[in-house]
Amino acid sequence: MIEHVSEVEVTAEAPGTGSSRPSVSVTGAELNNRPEIMIAISGLVKTYSSGFEALKSVDLTIHRGEILALLGPNGAGKTTLISTICGITVPTRGAVMVDGHDIQSHAMKTRSLIGLVPQEITLEPFETVMNTCRFSRGLFGLPPNNAHLEKVLRSLSLWDKRDAKNTTLSGGMKRRVLIAKALAHEPQVLFLDEPTAGVDVELRRDMWDVVETLRAAGVTIVLTTHYIEEAEAIADRVAIISKGRILLVDEKSQLIAKMGKRSLTLDFDTTLEALPDSLASYRLDLHTGGTRATYTYDTSAETTRIGALLRDVNAAGLSVRDIHTEQSSLEEIFVSLVEEDTSASMTNGSEGEPTA
Amino acid sequence: MINVRAIRSIFHYEMSRAFRTALQSIASPVLSTSLYFVVFGAAIGSRIEDIEGVEYGSFIVPGLIMLTVMTQGISNAAFGIYFPKFIGSIYEVLSAPVGVVEIVAGYVGAAAVKALIIGIVILLTAMLFIDVEIAHPVAMLTLLVLICFAFALFGFIIGIWAQSFEQLQLVPLLIVTPLVFLGGSFYSITMLPPVWQAISLFNPVVYLISAFRWSFFGTADVAIGISLAAIAIFIALCIGIVAWIFKTGYRLKS
Repeated sequence: MIEHVSEVEVTAEAPGTGSSRPSVSVTGAELNNRPEIMIAISGLVKTYSSGFEALKSVDLTIHRGEILALLGPNGAGKTTLISTICGITVPTRGAVMVDGHDIQSHAMKTRSLIGLVPQEITLEPFETVMNTCRFSRGLFGLPPNNAHLEKVLRSLSLWDKRDAKNTTLSGGMKRRVLIAKALAHEPQVLFLDEPTAGVDVELRRDMWDVVETLRAAGVTIVLTTHYIEEAEAIADRVAIISKGRILLVDEKSQLIAKMGKRSLTLDFDTTLEALPDSLASYRLDLHTGGTRATYTYDTSAETTRIGALLRDVNAAGLSVRDIHTEQSSLEEIFVSLVEEDTSASMTNGSEGEPTA
Repeated sequence: MINVRAIRSIFHYEMSRAFRTALQSIASPVLSTSLYFVVFGAAIGSRIEDIEGVEYGSFIVPGLIMLTVMTQGISNAAFGIYFPKFIGSIYEVLSAPVGVVEIVAGYVGAAAVKALIIGIVILLTAMLFIDVEIAHPVAMLTLLVLICFAFALFGFIIGIWAQSFEQLQLVPLLIVTPLVFLGGSFYSITMLPPVWQAISLFNPVVYLISAFRWSFFGTADVAIGISLAAIAIFIALCIGIVAWIFKTGYRLKS
């Protein structure tokens, strides 16, 4: 646990380093001097009046123009974290800076930068799609711009529905309207709270496309999800949150490389009763009726011993027909981290956290 | 700096809700007012002697306008803010760059204007049935606007406080309606026995109706200065409560 958390700090303090993502494609002299950090959260604590501690000292840095996936099980504190940054929930302690402005002392400034797509579908039922979006734009103090709204509605396949009342739309369409509302006021930061929960594959693809377009326009995107595949598909970095604490933040690719276990499976020409003793140190798992053996190794280890394994297999006189490797997915990493965290807190029996 | 576009957006959005239900919003108060005039003005009114030199049919006009304006102001504003809370769309207003000024100006302003429109429609309806003379037209209009605003503000507080539709109806139904009826909408409190006259003076609505009636007939139950002071105190109290709500996030933010 302690190692993971210290890793968070290292990543958080080194914005923009080691990133494989393309740089943000914004132009213009006034944009060149903007800081790389879009959102800086430090020591954020939220205790609800019921006494429930939803956030236990969260530190997190979100870079300008990146897509960060906030991954965690239900009740981990994802929505509380987002709500706090957006100004819907009042923080108990700690600070959040958005584009260099404090969310409490400069709330009007920070809120004008942020668009929020909530988890629940909450739409004025009898208003039309277009008017709903116009309202959002006006609420954020922007002058009417039908061309922009048309662009947003078209990108979400909502243009044909612009005069339909919200109540007549399907669930997926309503979710698109929520996204359109958030985009109506041209935010620099977009929060998507479980945007694809319970939506069909088509909308998920559409939404990922919209996210990709926004990223190209330089919008910073924070996405909460408990679908690992979503984080895996579109995020630059992944923050894993559980029980109100950030367990880990890292580049998605780094995360997989660092945390990921790989496996190498050997297909033999013959059926083996047992593996020779000379291979015992590799702890191979013989399966599929003795025709296959799987070797599990850690890519972050000093040596993977793959070369030695293949030599020893050869030396043992085994004939290998095929070889393939597999990488563990984010999901497996996530599950193992959360399980590790759960068992750690159970054995410790205390809430004391090294970085709290 | 005030986000004027946000005020306009909220106001427009709220008004469009009223226009969607124009029949219910406008036609129903007009109908019920007409019924009052038929029953109290034409049928019963002819058997009732003049009050303070005013024919009964005319006498009830200010009270009737007040009754409708107060209940409409409260229910419009209460519903206007309760509904987004209920369906959850309030998240957008809370996360938008708007503060107490924009929200109150938008929601309370719209509710007050709706109540004002209905008040004027009722006045015009009354004119179809009886001759209505207005002694102080400017004062009448000013009072009407102030009272619409005051009760819309009060309704806004109820809408934020309410956690269910039942609570939303509770205050208007159980407190406001009796206060309005017992506040001299249909009679002069000087017609009451001395004890009830004294008790009536604790009813804030008495001061509003008295001042409003003064603007029509030039006579009042309570001195006009005291009435104006009472309205001012009521508005100040409501503004104070609203300011506190937004400072603490009471029933708006967790």
